[in-house]
Amino acid sequence: MTLELFLLLAAGLFAIGLFGALSQMSIVMIMMGLELMLNGVIVATAAFWFYVAPGGTDGQVLIVVVITAMAIEMAAGFAVATAIYRSRQVDMTDDAADLAG
Amino acid sequence: MISIVLFWVLAVAALVFGFLVFRLDSMAQVTFALLASFLAVAGLVLLLGLSYLGVVIVLMMVIEMVIMAVFMIMYMMNPAGLMPMSMFHNTKGSAVIAGVVFVALVAGILLVDWPTRQGEAAPDLTFALGEALMGGQMLTMMTLGVTLFATIVATVVLSTNRGRYDRFGDDLDRAVADDPAGGGVG
Amino acid sequence: MADALPLWSVVLLPVLLVVVTWATVAFDAALTARAAGGPSGVGAALAVPVRETARLLVGQRRRTVAADVVLGRVGGAVLPVAALLAAAVLPWGRLPVADLDVGVVWFNAMEVLAWAAVWMVGWGSNSALALVGGYRFVAQGLAYELPHMFAIITAALGAESLRVTDIVDAQQDLWFVVIMPVAFVVYLLSAAAMTFWGPFDAPVSRDVAGGAAAELSGIDRLVFAGGRWMLFVAAAAMAVPLFLGGGGGPWLPAWLWVAVKTAAVLALLVWLRRKVPTLRMDRWTEFAWVVLIPATIAQALVVAIVVLQRGGM
Repeated sequence: MTLELFLLLAAGLFAIGLFGALSQMSIVMIMMGLELMLNGVIVATAAFWFYVAPGGTDGQVLIVVVITAMAIEMAAGFAVATAIYRSRQVDMTDDAADLAG
Repeated sequence: MISIVLFWVLAVAALVFGFLVFRLDSMAQVTFALLASFLAVAGLVLLLGLSYLGVVIVLMMVIEMVIMAVFMIMYMMNPAGLMPMSMFHNTKGSAVIAGVVFVALVAGILLVDWPTRQGEAAPDLTFALGEALMGGQMLTMMTLGVTLFATIVATVVLSTNRGRYDRFGDDLDRAVADDPAGGGVG
Repeated sequence: MADALPLWSVVLLPVLLVVVTWATVAFDAALTARAAGGPSGVGAALAVPVRETARLLVGQRRRTVAADVVLGRVGGAVLPVAALLAAAVLPWGRLPVADLDVGVVWFNAMEVLAWAAVWMVGWGSNSALALVGGYRFVAQGLAYELPHMFAIITAALGAESLRVTDIVDAQQDLWFVVIMPVAFVVYLLSAAAMTFWGPFDAPVSRDVAGGAAAELSGIDRLVFAGGRWMLFVAAAAMAVPLFLGGGGGPWLPAWLWVAVKTAAVLALLVWLRRKVPTLRMDRWTEFAWVVLIPATIAQALVVAIVVLQRGGM
């Protein structure tokens, strides 16, 4: 177990999540991709805390922030998905491209 | 020795279940594959000695993924994956972007000269975290709290389609709220 | 984990949990037999769980069309495993099998696994009524979980520690049930709700033909029902270290006090199920959010003031 191994795992999770977030059509599946990316961030943060600065608490606080960000992301995402589905039965990003330039 | 074996098992599990999220057809299985990936990461966080955060990740992600499963089933056309269909767009471009990002990250990870370990972990990490959140990081905690509260208000406003005029009439003079389902505080 | 029970306790824990569960099922069966006027007596009651287990072990598994076997089986297996992991932090007398420094949070995280388990079982058989049961449990979970968390964190607050043995030690002079009665009552209600017990059995009730367990038979039903009973026992037993002073008490040794108190809590909950009809989901949700959450927050505030008065922190 080294810092590099943990970071490689984090990079792998982040890349898989990024692929999902970019390639999925359904709003809910895009949120799964985002969650997976944040999952990688948790791994990297915990590893940095352990291998670089175990004396401080900043790493732990950052994990708390990331977990909260996940909760907010999910709640806000489902609220938006519900609102857009109510108004026009849309759950795919391709049908909700009103703001595309 | 045990911790090295555990690391590899959990790391591979996290990656495999993460990969399965975008390979499985059944939306219910997809959600629980993501949950399995989170549980593996929680195990890694426990392995690094952060007992409180590891257990909290388990607690939160189980609740979050069960709720997510409900929404998945609600909004997907094919929740059980009985009629496999493609839900992808621009797969190639996405794969290239994700691949490039991964290679760039790996290059950074392997090339950067990471600092060495400094300091010793506090004897009671949970206590240290609580003290930080209630002391030096108080501003972070308060920001999180206010943001969560704003999220609660915003999500309710966004997702409901009935306001008080629907429930209590145009003059707000109905004694009992007119709700489609029972419950709900009048 | 400076001092914990010796290693053999890890092996003994499942045995002990199964024995206590057996006794609880037998007690419930005895009450049923007495109410029905059938054959009563200790022997007949103790035989009921054994006979039922044997019947389910030889029973056929029911197969449904396009079932999600993976999720259904995993969901069933999660229940007993979660009960066992949750029971690991229960002190048998003075010490638990694993005296974790975040024992209370660990217990909470393990019992939350029931959410996933029941939903997966309900989903797994590809049956409408079973899925209705699974959804009911999620709705019930959203109602009981927050009051439950506030209730157990109030006990941790009173002891200024998340470690279960510290919480027991803090009750040497005064049981927590005295200074936090609201939290204790809410804990008992949520313990019943998390194991879809008593008035909260809507997820498996008869109006949806057995709900989440509707399509289970044979070994699947044994694992699901057994896991549910074990989780019920673990949740009820946790009330003893959290609110009833753990092994504290005069004359008797600590482990006997734990056994007596656990039996009392279990008997209370088993008795309650026979006296109270099933609560409708919407009413329970409203009551939980509008009454129980503010009540438990106020309770935590009172306890916090008591702790500050005592000169804690």
